Amino acid sequence: MAVKNKKLNLKDKYQYLTRDMAWEPTYQKMEDIYPDERFEGIKIVDWSQWEDPFRLTMDAYWKYQAEKEKKLYAIFDAFAQNNGHQNISDARYVNALKLFLSGVSPLEHAAFQGYAKVGRQFSGAGARVACQMQAIDELRHSQTQQHAMSHYNKHFNGLHDAPHMHDRVWFLSVPKSFFDDARTAGPFEFLTAISFSFEYVLTNLLFVPFMSGAAYNGDMATVTFGFSAQSDEARHMTLGLEVIKFILEQHEDNVPIVQRWIDKWFWRGFRLLSLVSMMMDYMLPNKVMSWAEAWEVYYEQNGGALFKDLERYGIRPPKYQDVANDAKHHLSHQLWTTFYQYSQATNFHTWIPEKQEMDWMSEKYPESFDKYYRPRYEYLAKEAAAGHRFYNNTLPQLCQVCQVPTLFTEMGAPTKLSHRQVVHEGERYHFCSEACCEIFEHEPEKYVQAWLPVHQIYQGNCEGADVETVVQKYYHINIGEDNFEYLGSPDHKHWMTIKGQKPADDNQDAA
Amino acid sequence: MSVNALYDYKFEPKDKVENFHGMQLLYVYWPDHLLFCAPFALLVQPDMTFRALVDDILKPATAAHPDSVKADFLNAEWVLNDEPFTPKADASLKDQGIDHKSMLTVTTPGLKGMANAGY
Amino acid sequence: MSQLVFIVFQDNDNARYLAEAVMEDNPEAEIQHQPAMIRIQAEKRLVINRETMEEKLGRDWDVQEMLIDVISIGGNVDEDDDHFILEWK
Repeated sequence: MAVKNKKLNLKDKYQYLTRDMAWEPTYQKMEDIYPDERFEGIKIVDWSQWEDPFRLTMDAYWKYQAEKEKKLYAIFDAFAQNNGHQNISDARYVNALKLFLSGVSPLEHAAFQGYAKVGRQFSGAGARVACQMQAIDELRHSQTQQHAMSHYNKHFNGLHDAPHMHDRVWFLSVPKSFFDDARTAGPFEFLTAISFSFEYVLTNLLFVPFMSGAAYNGDMATVTFGFSAQSDEARHMTLGLEVIKFILEQHEDNVPIVQRWIDKWFWRGFRLLSLVSMMMDYMLPNKVMSWAEAWEVYYEQNGGALFKDLERYGIRPPKYQDVANDAKHHLSHQLWTTFYQYSQATNFHTWIPEKQEMDWMSEKYPESFDKYYRPRYEYLAKEAAAGHRFYNNTLPQLCQVCQVPTLFTEMGAPTKLSHRQVVHEGERYHFCSEACCEIFEHEPEKYVQAWLPVHQIYQGNCEGADVETVVQKYYHINIGEDNFEYLGSPDHKHWMTIKGQKPADDNQDAA
Repeated sequence: MSVNALYDYKFEPKDKVENFHGMQLLYVYWPDHLLFCAPFALLVQPDMTFRALVDDILKPATAAHPDSVKADFLNAEWVLNDEPFTPKADASLKDQGIDHKSMLTVTTPGLKGMANAGY
Repeated sequence: MSQLVFIVFQDNDNARYLAEAVMEDNPEAEIQHQPAMIRIQAEKRLVINRETMEEKLGRDWDVQEMLIDVISIGGNVDEDDDHFILEWK
């Protein structure tokens, strides 16, 4: 024990290496050094109250991160050397990775930029250090994800130009605009949006059950980067909760501001995660847990415990959580049938679920699947078998705020599309929901400039008027390789060859 | 309400009608036909007739649905921007108040989509 | 309403000791095995003690080492040299 006593304890070490490294400026005013700290209306009385429960210091950070990286890259190497892509459950699974690489990995990079920026804007040293570490984490996530998937890029289509696609492709404007919205807000809203609403309340849905699903489908590379990233995430989530408690404890005037941000960012995150709902239910051939089950555990149960804890500050659960809870029975099915009909313009393939998958969905979605969604697939399968694989050749209306096509249905009325419209300064705007409409009405100046992909095509800003030109030239999606139906695609044929089965013909009978 | 910002925060709307080179946007929703996942976003000429909208744009857009051949859109029930609306087949869109980014909803009596599920 | 805290570990050699230690110190906790991960939840409070872990591992163990194997947590965190606590108060 004598050796141990020579070591600083965690609390002292954190104090010396974090707070005590900061200083009081003498020849510049604090408000000139940190000019962005007040305009949002958040009142901070005493920064010394900021708690970092992990008490992580830079020396320990490097040590543990280095260890994580070593473990991670050992697995990447083994995966590549052993042609791990041949051992996945089915090549349909790789389509989830295409969506991940073009939709999620660029967000990690956006998060890196976001934390690097706000890490400069707080006058409290504890908050600056926490943001600095998180910025480095996010950069690591972006890099490791690209490294993990570079192996798949050698063997499958659709993974070749993810950052380019992220900036241009219609459905990728959903994640892109989400993060742009957060990064253009003030520093406290950014932390409430990303650290709290997204990291703490919602990202478990992506990184825990989906990554467990990746393992269950034989993808050791992805589950490893997923869980390695998520091990940083535990720290980020803790930061998210501490941020909220800190702001709320500082001044009672902060409560209504934070409540509105929670309402907004819960909803924006929920809309973004609708993409994950279909990844879980449709793009994992071996199923671990349904979207509805994941929502129940990670939002209704864990989120419920969280918001009960926050009650004492006068915070209530997000305003539209009832709509989100009701949507769990429908979300993945509505999303998948949307992507199915617009597969001509995606960098991944879609397909009709196989019979045992549909039976699994009947079991997991007893209230909705057989009544509303199984008939859709039966019809689409019949059409495909007759040589009329369905594609929707007309572009969809998009929501001005979340940018998802206005495909969602009203709560309790799953055959009625939810739609709202307002006129603002003489212009009409359309929304997928009351919640998105409210977000617009609160800050219309922000959303009137939304770069809506459908409207941009019609304005002639995407290198062509027809879908084919836009897809090939503007999106860099290779027609006939990356897009369209999975059955009969080059990926499908390649997979059949790997598995030593006779090459797939172009028959699109899904059964 | 308005944005809380560090400077006078004002931007032009991205989708003003003048950005569409003489055309305008129109959305059309056909309830109970969720084969089409969302309302259509259409690029139309403001001076085209309602009949041309139906024959040249709406019919082809909906053709993949078995109800489409049976649908008498011109004599169906229309709603324009949440208000009941009786279209004039041979008047232009502009002249009957269908302006840029308007939304039309058309219900076709007797046609309830497939599988008793509004599909 | 029940108010659960939870912790999720990667299912690896290190974490199996962690899970064992957690279950020993929190006998009322529930353990769930899912592909590649171990999830433990408990009503209101979960604690990981350094002492128990050192016993399991037969070596010195720094509480922060758990950062390598943990995937997710739910609850307020309190960490010092001797323990890691998750709690809804």
